[in-house]
Amino acid sequence: MTETLPDSHPSLAEAAQPHSKVAVFDESQPLAMSAGVSLSPFTIAYQTYGALNADKSNAILLCHALTGDQHVANSHPLTGKPGWWSALVGPGKPFDTDKYFIICSNVLGGCMGTTGPASINPATGRAYGLDLPVVTIADMARAQAMLIDRLGIDTLFCVAGGSMGGMQVLQWAALYPERVFSAMPIATAARHSSQNIAFHEVGRQAIMADPDWRGGDYLAQGVRPVKGLGVARMAAHITYLSEEALQRKFGRKLQDRAEPTFSFDADFQVENYLRHQGSTFVDRFDANSYLYVTRACDYFDLAQDYGGSLAHAFQGSRTRFCVVSFTSDWLYTTAESRAIVHALNAGGAPVSFVEIETDKGHDAFLLDEPDFIATTRGFLRGAAKARGLPDAGEKIP
Amino acid sequence: MTQTSEGIPQTAVTRIDLLLVAGMVEPGSRVLDVGCGDGELLRLLSETRNVDARGVEISQKGVNDCVAKGLSVVQGDADVDLADYPDDGFDYVILSQTLQATRNPRRVLEQMMRIGKRAIVSFPNFGHWRVRWQLGLRGRMPITENLSYAWYETPNIHLCTIRDFVQLVELVDARIVRAVAMDSSGAPMRVNAPWWAWNLFGEQAVFLLERRSADKS
Repeated sequence: MTETLPDSHPSLAEAAQPHSKVAVFDESQPLAMSAGVSLSPFTIAYQTYGALNADKSNAILLCHALTGDQHVANSHPLTGKPGWWSALVGPGKPFDTDKYFIICSNVLGGCMGTTGPASINPATGRAYGLDLPVVTIADMARAQAMLIDRLGIDTLFCVAGGSMGGMQVLQWAALYPERVFSAMPIATAARHSSQNIAFHEVGRQAIMADPDWRGGDYLAQGVRPVKGLGVARMAAHITYLSEEALQRKFGRKLQDRAEPTFSFDADFQVENYLRHQGSTFVDRFDANSYLYVTRACDYFDLAQDYGGSLAHAFQGSRTRFCVVSFTSDWLYTTAESRAIVHALNAGGAPVSFVEIETDKGHDAFLLDEPDFIATTRGFLRGAAKARGLPDAGEKIP
Repeated sequence: MTQTSEGIPQTAVTRIDLLLVAGMVEPGSRVLDVGCGDGELLRLLSETRNVDARGVEISQKGVNDCVAKGLSVVQGDADVDLADYPDDGFDYVILSQTLQATRNPRRVLEQMMRIGKRAIVSFPNFGHWRVRWQLGLRGRMPITENLSYAWYETPNIHLCTIRDFVQLVELVDARIVRAVAMDSSGAPMRVNAPWWAWNLFGEQAVFLLERRSADKS
């Protein structure tokens, strides 16, 4: 390394030295990327929970969403908060760590230890910044498949995830149908809609408009575009909730004051809440990473890769699918999930579909929603039976 | 082999028409059950006749029950979502005690004949003598064991008689392969009984249909 990073921010420390297991893929195992280039060497940071059984048939890959990470069921190394899917992953939970071997890796382009724009480019000894090739959902899935190979696992019992994680699930099922026994794409879409691309563009422009972004070279210059990243997060966060939930939670309530101040202070509780969301996010996330992961979603259009027909992506698939949507999710609507179900039916794949009634919006998939948890538990139990795995709660003979 | 705790013995299958319907399905075939409820028929079919069983069900609870049984069931509405299924995707499409609750029974039956090579439809017979008695002589909307709702709250908006259904079969260019009517005790009626007798004494009917141009692909 020719120079050290001037910024010693903890989020960058995670990018370099994650609190996770890492798999390093050297020059002998380059990653062929959608952009037409190959990435080498690269690193994947990942967490595992539970134990792999003797015939390696109980492995589940969980795919995280846009700004999630591999810390699915342990306290987060930067924030100290519980893992993002603690509601569903753990002993006795639907993704039962007493029964399954659960793997979650940080996506390519992320900032929690897997190679991303904040990682050191070995060619220059400096952070990649925008020199990292643009990453796609398919690149993420191919990198994950190399990790699964490294772990010596042939077929995954289940691949599951919500939002951008759901896109990875669909990509896995399309790329490696014989390696995916069951799949749960949750609150997701087979292509990113125009409206969703538009929201992402607002976030990216907020980051790029921050003078501290420095054309993406901020790490070398010892600054971070925290204002822009914070605004990007605030705008995005609105899309994760629902009008009804915001109204219920905040209404027009004022923040620690009896009267409006006739200023541009955060008078309203909802403003205060969003500012808090923005300011805490910048402590754990890299701005360039945000550009890369949002772009990966934008480029996602699974049908396009299969001659314009989504059904072709799943033709003849024997993977058992359970597609889940949420009534108040306006970011990834039930109509998007139905389009996936339609294609799976046309392709002849076994598919279940449930629309969960909730007012919590897109984020409902992260929350303790009883019907969603019951569906997940039931689907996995049925799949486990078909796979010949002992039922949840049963002792392994 | 392990037995799951929720394993339901087959004696739990009480609806007689389900057994009749199941008996019409060739083992090893592909079946779509429209309005599959809690999946009782699908489970019966997959366990006893080794079929590739799929379902459509409108209620979230029904879908959850099915998914928990390991069945592949999609939440959807027979009137709307059958349009999403490809031609000839199934050997059988089953509509069990649901036709009378659809908004457009003719369209639903046409879709069934498009999606499946064969269709199985069971429905309550509105021509049964008890129904005729209540409406014709008492002048009241009938309430029977099979049709247990008051007129102002019934989901059954398109009731028909066995003869009406036979006419609909003609309209959708289908052919009756087999038909069974059950009397009030649930026993199948004599096969050689005339249509008028079925229409008067049959409490429920089950029809196995196929396309008139059966070789259409």
